[in-house]
Formats: sequence, structure tokens, C-alpha cells
Amino acid sequence: MRIAPFIISALITTGLVVALNVQLPSGKSKTPRLGYFLSPQYGFWKNAESSNYSFSDHKKIQGIKSNVDVFFDERLVPHVYADNNADAYFTQGYLHAKFRLWQMEFQTYVAAGRLSEIVGEDRLATDKYFRRLGMVYGAENSLKETQSDPATKEACDAYTAGVNAYITALQPENLPFEYKLLNYKPEPWTNLKTALFLKFMSWDLSGQGDDLTYTNAKAYFGYDDYMKLFPEIQDSLDPIVSRGTTFGAPKIALKVPKKMDSLYFGRKDIVENTPTLNPDKGNGSNNWAVAGSKTKSGKPILCNDPHLGLNLPAIWYEMQITTPDCNTYGATFPGAPAVIIGFNDSCVWGVTNSGRDVKDYYEIQFKDSTMQQYWFDSAWKNTTFRKEIIKVKGKPDVVENIAMTMFGPVMYDNKFAAKDNVGKYYAVRWKAHDASNELKTFYKLNRAKNVVEYNDAISTYQCPGQNFVFASHSGDIAIKQQGAFVAKWKQQGDFVMPGTDSTYLWQGIVPENENPYMINPVRGFVSSANQQSVDSTYPYYLGRPNNFPLYRGFIINRKLNAMSGITVEDMQKLQADNYNVFAEIARPVLLKYLATSNLNSDEKKYFEIFKQWNLNNDLQETGATVFKVFWDSVEINMWGDEYAQTKLTLPWPDESALIESMMKDSTYKFADDVRTLNKKETIADIILIAFQKAAKKLAALEKENKLEWSIFKDTKVEHLLKLPALSRYHLPIGGGEHIINATKQNHGPSWRMIVQMTDNIEAYGIYPGGQNGNPGSKFYDSFIDSWAAGKYYRILFIKKEAAQKSEQMKWHLTFEKV
Amino acid sequence: MKFLTSIFLTALLAFAIGLYTTLPWFSFVFCSLIVAIAIHQKPWKSFLSGFVAVFVLWILLAVLSDTPNEHLLSTKVANILPLGGNYVVLIFITGLLGGLLSGMAALTGSYMRK
Repeated sequence: MRIAPFIISALITTGLVVALNVQLPSGKSKTPRLGYFLSPQYGFWKNAESSNYSFSDHKKIQGIKSNVDVFFDERLVPHVYADNNADAYFTQGYLHAKFRLWQMEFQTYVAAGRLSEIVGEDRLATDKYFRRLGMVYGAENSLKETQSDPATKEACDAYTAGVNAYITALQPENLPFEYKLLNYKPEPWTNLKTALFLKFMSWDLSGQGDDLTYTNAKAYFGYDDYMKLFPEIQDSLDPIVSRGTTFGAPKIALKVPKKMDSLYFGRKDIVENTPTLNPDKGNGSNNWAVAGSKTKSGKPILCNDPHLGLNLPAIWYEMQITTPDCNTYGATFPGAPAVIIGFNDSCVWGVTNSGRDVKDYYEIQFKDSTMQQYWFDSAWKNTTFRKEIIKVKGKPDVVENIAMTMFGPVMYDNKFAAKDNVGKYYAVRWKAHDASNELKTFYKLNRAKNVVEYNDAISTYQCPGQNFVFASHSGDIAIKQQGAFVAKWKQQGDFVMPGTDSTYLWQGIVPENENPYMINPVRGFVSSANQQSVDSTYPYYLGRPNNFPLYRGFIINRKLNAMSGITVEDMQKLQADNYNVFAEIARPVLLKYLATSNLNSDEKKYFEIFKQWNLNNDLQETGATVFKVFWDSVEINMWGDEYAQTKLTLPWPDESALIESMMKDSTYKFADDVRTLNKKETIADIILIAFQKAAKKLAALEKENKLEWSIFKDTKVEHLLKLPALSRYHLPIGGGEHIINATKQNHGPSWRMIVQMTDNIEAYGIYPGGQNGNPGSKFYDSFIDSWAAGKYYRILFIKKEAAQKSEQMKWHLTFEKV
Repeated sequence: MKFLTSIFLTALLAFAIGLYTTLPWFSFVFCSLIVAIAIHQKPWKSFLSGFVAVFVLWILLAVLSDTPNEHLLSTKVANILPLGGNYVVLIFITGLLGGLLSGMAALTGSYMRK
């Protein structure tokens, strides 16, 4: 043996192995373990799915009661045929795991405040935020409720068993790509993870945390000016339940607190704490159902497109589930059993977000900083403590000791506060903290036969409140805003409330039969698009008005009113409609104020484009870009000066507030630029400045060839890890905010569905993603281009016997019971 | 002859041990080491046979995964790593890493005998 060369080469070999077996730092993140990641027998090469890969298989499976058949159609949509419900949900869990395991687990890591575990302390703030908000607390409460119902318990247990059957049999080399990239492994699925995922949806749709910033706005502007910026009712509101509907006497007689003007509305307290993150304000949706009286076929058509963040892998996974008591098809959530938006043999249903305010903050007065006792109704009350342990990759655990009050967790205390807010304590009361069983609603909807069973299915649904639209083969159409909505007095919870006084507590939940409801109206359609569900005669307060976008609902109703002999093609066109009704309202106002004689030739050019624009936010419209840039400039020049005077985090008012003010009031208070002491600007002054500034920006855009609307808007669908290589950019799609085709930059129609309830159900659907979450599969993003083009896939809703013979079924997976 | 046998044997054993994916990914270095001990060659020849064996094996396996995948994933990874989306470079680097480890292990084996 040659000692020295031996030792040297052995050391080099070992050193190389070690270097290639650890994650090396690379900027803010880390590389994968390169040797492992690049190894063709272990690493990512194994995720490179052959373009003619066969998904057909025969598996011997423990944990099912009888054999299960799964047929995959050419889009990789599974059609599951099981002899009982448990086996069907087992299979659903298995398929979700097979195609979306990394995504479904990652989402529950986010919801549970466990991101630091896998990506390190960079995400600690996010983890603290979700823990302190009480996400895990709420999920635990809901889990108990779900487990106490035999049907949903069976569904969740079977679902979890199915996910785990897949994980257990997963060979290391077949781990999903992202696990290899980030270097961790999946852990067993649990029913709690399903509950956490559903709480994440509750957060996304009812978790607006901006009461704190609105409290600042009220303090900074004063109540009267605040109400001018965030006005209460808008003339262009067309509520979900038509105006003129009469509401019975409320069962809950609300008692309004005393001395509110000084103790609540007049309080000048500011809150330095601001939410670490907020759900996208654009989370919304469209749904409508037209009755047979308005359709060509004589049968109802129902349409739904939920607007959510556009991500890869997509939030939805399409499938058909058939058991002896259920034959249903639609969009499912990887992470939960049942079909969420879809149809069955006799009914079709869809949802939009209600936007109702079910999350409030209370300022707590503790005896001292130990937070053991707090003052309430002239007595000291004891807190309990909830310990949340956050594991951090490569660092010691972080322990959050959260004080629990009668309201809920004390989200902001001295350990989780902005610098200037030490000594102040805010507890959060959120309906999603409470025990509830939302899955039961979807489980029953999957099986509903008629409008009575639809009503029964949704009657127990709590949070996040939704507008459930419905149509049946028998011809009924209906819509109901359902959820556990807090019976609120006007403006209750718009701002932080005193936590020392029982009169500010929630006084009850609106009885389910008082929730807004409409069935078979004479006008022949029902619809919702997140607008206020009722007019001001409704006895309960819905929440801050700007939670409720106005214009989509307005234009949908106007278009539907004008239509008759409706076909599926008409509905496809309507879902992809790019007409900008907000611009229709705003343009004449802007034109009225804009003094064109002061414009130079360049500015005049853009003015002409704006004036002649056809009001459609189509792909190539330059007018849409001119309008958007102009309008943003108007807002900034109108309000920016006031906002620049403070460092407080303040909410920005809505377009509707400004346009309605300019229509009514030619001496808008906020027009004056507070920075120019000697001059009092008018609306016309501001509009002119705004247009001139906009023209400069437009000229710069034009130089870069970015004046066309879709290029300017630049819609993208990003991977959940924001990795550009796994994302899709620069999609050619029109639409935008306030438009029925609500596609914004990274947000929009996450599932488009149209179902005609003819004898042979005629259904269409598409979502911006693909059935396989593996970035190495051609099914990863296979729907995106068609989605952007406004196309649909005809849905195969098919009985087992037909599926066996169908040429459109490409693969057959069977589970054999062992 | 020894040279070609070493290459063939190293590649075969590396491939075989790589089928047992519950073992660590670098287990093949022990195959390279043992082959170099069993079939003794000059150090530089051991290194070269070890290198060529796994270099060729890994490139072959990578190409066999990549071709039916129509370079879909390799192009994405070559953007993440970042190699400007060039999958050919990625395949080459894959082979280089495997080859280097194997060659060094074989070199160690050769020195161990002599």
C-alpha cells in the first residue's frame, strides 16, 4: 500500500462525497444535495416522465373493502368507480397523493405555521403569523366536529388512509421533484392536515386582517373624512338578492353599545402592528344560474369561476367519483375528500366568496405583562396559555406562548409587536376558530337530488361564508349566501374594539333562515360576484363596504337580463367577457374634467386612444392600458399627498369611492394637494396633472412595446416556490379587475365550469394548470394555453360500463383488495 | 483487457447497487473501490476506468430518462441550477460528477493494493 497517495485520494474522495451530499449555500437559499439530485438513479432524472408514460396499473392494496376501478381520460382526469364511499375517498386520497403530494403537504405546512421547518428561518414571520392567528387552534376545533359526524369521519379516515397508502409505498427515487430540490421527505398524512388545509381556505377567503390598518385610517383622517374615503353604500350596487326583497323582523335584536362616538368611532388610537400577510384582495368569484325559461334547451345552465391566486401546481384537481349513492364530477382540493365545485346526476352547484366580516380584533387590558389576567366588565379574568413550538431548520426551536382570552388568541403582544406598540395587546376573534364541519356540506351536495337537499346540505355550512348557487335537472335555480355570519350592528368590528366591555362582543350568529336567499326568481336567473348580498334594508351589517366589489356583479346582471335563448356557447363567451363596466362609468367623468387644450401632441395621442377605446380589456387593446395607467395616476395624485404625510400603514380606498365622489361632488376635499400651501387644487387640476404624468409613463411603455393590454398586464401562473423555471409567464389573456374575465397579473379564474342540466348533462371545464403536479410531466401545465385562450374542455361524465368501452379513456388503474 | 473489464464491472456494479435506493446515492463509490482493488491497474488507469465507467453509465441513464421526456424537466432544472436551460450541459455535468467520484474511489483502491 502506498500510504501517502492512498490517504490523500481517500480524503479527496470522502470530501467530494460529503460536498455533494450536503446543501450548499447559494445566495439566500441553498442548493439541493447535488450528488443526490443529479444521480440518475435517485435524483430528479427519475421525475422525468416519459411523454407516452402509461398510467395503467394494477395495485394490490390494503385498507379497501372491495376492488376499485379508475379510468383516466386523455386529460389525465380520473373517473373513480367504487363499491362504497370509503373506498372512493381512499382512492381520492391516493390519487391526490400520486399527482399532488408535494403541493398538498406544502400547503398544510403553510397553514400550520411550519414553513421554517423546511425552508429555514426566513419564513419565521409567516409561521408566527399563522400560529398566532390561531390556525392550528381552529383546525383542531374543526377536526373534532368533523370526527363526530359518521359520514365525514369515514370520508376523512379513508382519505387519509389512501394518502398514506401512497406515501408508504413510495420508493425514495420516486419522491416528488420538490422534495428532492428542498431535501426533505413527506410525513404521514393525518385528518388534522385536511382540517388545516380547509382552515387555510378560510383564511384565504375570510381572513382579511386589515381592521388594524383601518383603525389607523380612522384615527389619522378622523371619522368624517374616513367615511368619505371608505363610503358606505354605492349607487351602482346590484345586490345578489334583488333590491326590493323584504326581510322579516330579525330574530336577534342587536343592542348597540353606549357612548360609541367617543369610545369607538372617535378614538384616535393607532395600531403600529400590521398583518405579516393578507389574503389577496382580489379573491372573489363569479357564479350564476339561468333558468330553463332563458335557455335554448329549456333546461338550466349554471356557471362558476372562482378567482384565486394562480399557482402551479393548481389549487384544483379534476375528477369523477362514483359510488352506489353518489355520482359526481368536479373540482376537488388536493388535501380534502369530496368534490368542492361540480355536479351530479341531478344537480349542479358552485360558490363565490361572501366577503362577510367574521374576523375582529379586540384590545385587551392586561393587569401586567405576564398576561395572566385581563380586565373585562369590571373584573379580572384569567387567561390560559397555548404553546406553539416552531421548529426551524438548522436552528433551535422557537416557542410562542400565546395568551388565550374569551375572544380568542392574543395575536399581538410584546413579543409580536411593532416597536412602538409594546404594551398594547390585541386578541383576534375569528369565526374560523370555532368548530365546524364544512366537508359535510360538500359531502351532501355531491349526493343532493333536488333543491330541498341542496338547502339541507348547505344549512350547516359555517366558514368561509359562500354564495352557493344551484340548479337542478328538474328546473330549479337558487342562490343562498350561507355561512355562520356574525349578527353585527353597523360598523361593528370595522375597527379594533375595546376588549373590556361585553357590549362590544359578538351578540350572536344570524339564524340560517335569515341568510339571503333567492329561488326561481321571475327574471330567470340568479347570480353573485362578491358584491353586497342585500341592500340596506337587511337588518344585519355585512362588513366594511369595500370588502364587496361592485362592478362584476353589476355587469353580469345587466348582461344576463338582456339575454334569452341562452346556449352553452353564450355562457362561455360571458365567462371570458372583457367588457370594462368600470371604465364605462369612469370615462365620461374623466373626460368631463380633463382640459384637453392644455395637452401637448404626445399627450393628445394617448387622449385620443383613450377616447376612442371600445371599453374592452381585450389582449391587444392599447386603450385599456391607457385607462389603467391614467386611473392609477388619478388615484395617486388625488390621495397620495394625504398618505405621504404619515408613516402609518393605511388602507388604500377603492376606485368606486373616488368615481362616485367625482360624479357627485365637484369640490372633492382630497383634490387639494396638501403639500402646496398657497394653492387649492381642484379635481380638474388633479386630473390634468394625473394625465400628463400618465402620458409620460405611457410613452415609456410604448418605447418598450408594452402598450398592448395583455403585455402590460403580463399574466403569470407561478410555482408555489416562485421558481421561474417551474412557472409560466407572459400569458396572452385579456380581462382584469372589475371585469367578468377577472384575470389579473397572478390572480383570476382558477376553475371555469359551465354545466347544462339537460337529460345528458352537458358540462365544460378548465383550469390554469394540469392534472399532474410533477414539473417533469407534460400534464404539469397542459391546460394553461387553452385556458388563456378562453377555451373549454368538454367534460366526460360517464357511467362505469361506458367508461370501460370509451375510446377517450386512455389508462386503467385497478386496486385489488388484499 | 483489465482496463475494459474494470470499466464494465464498475459500471455494472454501480448500476446494480443504484437499484437499491434505500441505500445512500453514493454507494456506488464502494463498487468502484472494490473493483479497483480486485483488478489491479496502475493508479492513472484505475482512475480512468473508474471515471469512464460511471461517467458513461450516468450519461446513458440520464439520456434514457431525458429523451422520452423530450427534455422537459432537464431544461427546467438547467434553468434552476443555473445552466441557461442547456440540458446537454446538465447531462454532461451529471456524468462528470458521477465519473469523478468513481474515478477517485478507484484511484484510492489502486493505491490500497500497491
